[in-house]
Amino acid sequence: MTDDPILSARGLSLNFGAVRALDDVSLDLWPGEVLAIVGESGSGKSTLLRVLAGEVRPEAGQVLYRDPAGAARDVHAMGEPARRRLARTEWGFVHQDARDGLRMAVSAGGNVGERLMAVGARHYGAIREEAASWLERVEIPRARIDDAPRLFSGGMRQRLQIARTLVTRPRLVFMDEPTGGLDVSVQARLLDMIRALVADLGIAVILVTHDIAAARLLAHRLVVMRHGRAVEEGLTDRVLDDPRHPYTQLLVSSVLAA
Amino acid sequence: MSWTLHAEGLAKSFTLHLRGGTTIPVLQGAGLTVAPGECVALSGPSGAGKSTLIRLLQGNYGADSGRILVRRPDGSVADLAAAPPREVVALRRDTVGHVSQFLRVIPRVPALDVVAEPLAARGVPREEARARAAALLRRLNLPERLHALPPATFSGGEQQRVNLARGFAAPYPLMLLDEPTASLDAVNREVVIALIAEAKARGAAIVGIFHDAEVRDRVADRVLEVAPLREAA
Repeated sequence: MTDDPILSARGLSLNFGAVRALDDVSLDLWPGEVLAIVGESGSGKSTLLRVLAGEVRPEAGQVLYRDPAGAARDVHAMGEPARRRLARTEWGFVHQDARDGLRMAVSAGGNVGERLMAVGARHYGAIREEAASWLERVEIPRARIDDAPRLFSGGMRQRLQIARTLVTRPRLVFMDEPTGGLDVSVQARLLDMIRALVADLGIAVILVTHDIAAARLLAHRLVVMRHGRAVEEGLTDRVLDDPRHPYTQLLVSSVLAA
Repeated sequence: MSWTLHAEGLAKSFTLHLRGGTTIPVLQGAGLTVAPGECVALSGPSGAGKSTLIRLLQGNYGADSGRILVRRPDGSVADLAAAPPREVVALRRDTVGHVSQFLRVIPRVPALDVVAEPLAARGVPREEARARAAALLRRLNLPERLHALPPATFSGGEQQRVNLARGFAAPYPLMLLDEPTASLDAVNREVVIALIAEAKARGAAIVGIFHDAEVRDRVADRVLEVAPLREAA
């Protein structure tokens, strides 16, 4: 266990006016690891995700990303063009609202193929074939390859967003409530798909969710956020079955067992 | 003596913050040493902390103090009580197997893949993992037509057999069994006794809770009494 984290955050703090959105948060993520950030609305979990991804600058603290060559790069000091290049290549994002991650007027195949072209793919036939095979992987019929996602259901759009994100095999993926707003039956299918793909590809994931059951299913490790602070952190099943912090105990005991 | 598991000084209490911070002590100074090929049965009245001890050994509960030394397949030793989360994940993949009383089902994943998963996680090719999973499920008399179905709708006994097959799929050096024969019929109970005997024969160290006295007498080399702690004032 001498390998280095792929992402390290130290002492992140951020205030929105009088609201303490992040209060001295530190965390590490290792290659191939799925880390869930759980908490209620307003706990700061989505803000933390955006700061980790370099979209929002913290008032204090640092986020380091270790690139494939092993060099540590400061996410907030690398400059916008370099960060955008990373976001297109080595990183991926799955947004709660698929419309934020897809181009709604472009065909399903085009949405997937576009990511491939961004990392240098040029052969049209190969791109189309790879796009079609990814659509099948996320259980979208090949016959829908030329349809635009605005014609898709919510669950299908979300699966397309996942295909678009994973097609370039990113090393690190940020997911913000990927199952939020979907029907329960659609959620189960999506969760299982995310679980299988992430394990197969061995990618590192930071997942923000308020859904404790989804976190248990997907994550190796859990961070519990409250009022901008990480109040408890550890092995997923241990945090959920042997919670120490009063807030974690409240959160766990509030989940309805089906 | 060479051992696979050496735990000592284990203490565990639960502080219930939603109940005014009441602290319930469950284990104090608990420990055990288990050799390769040895099966130790935990015994004691209900509530004495047998399941808590199993959960500590699996890393599901965090110990307040003490050490849980586990010998990995390569001979190196890890302290599971102090290991960071990703090391616990690795230990569960390669070293510590666990069969609980209840199967945590994953939506849409067929029984066959639930059982094959620990093998696939160790790098066994998918088809070979599935073939070995199918053989184990057949041995536990789970009808072939159920292999491709998610176990969510299975009966308690069927789910328990899926759980057992998953736990026995990979050759873990240490196996933790919490009531492995609960809700099984006599035929399948015999299969589990045979699986435990085979695991011991290949050198697995086993810690188990066996309510069924006959099963316990047939598989256990030793019985460890877990005594209840007196309630703290």
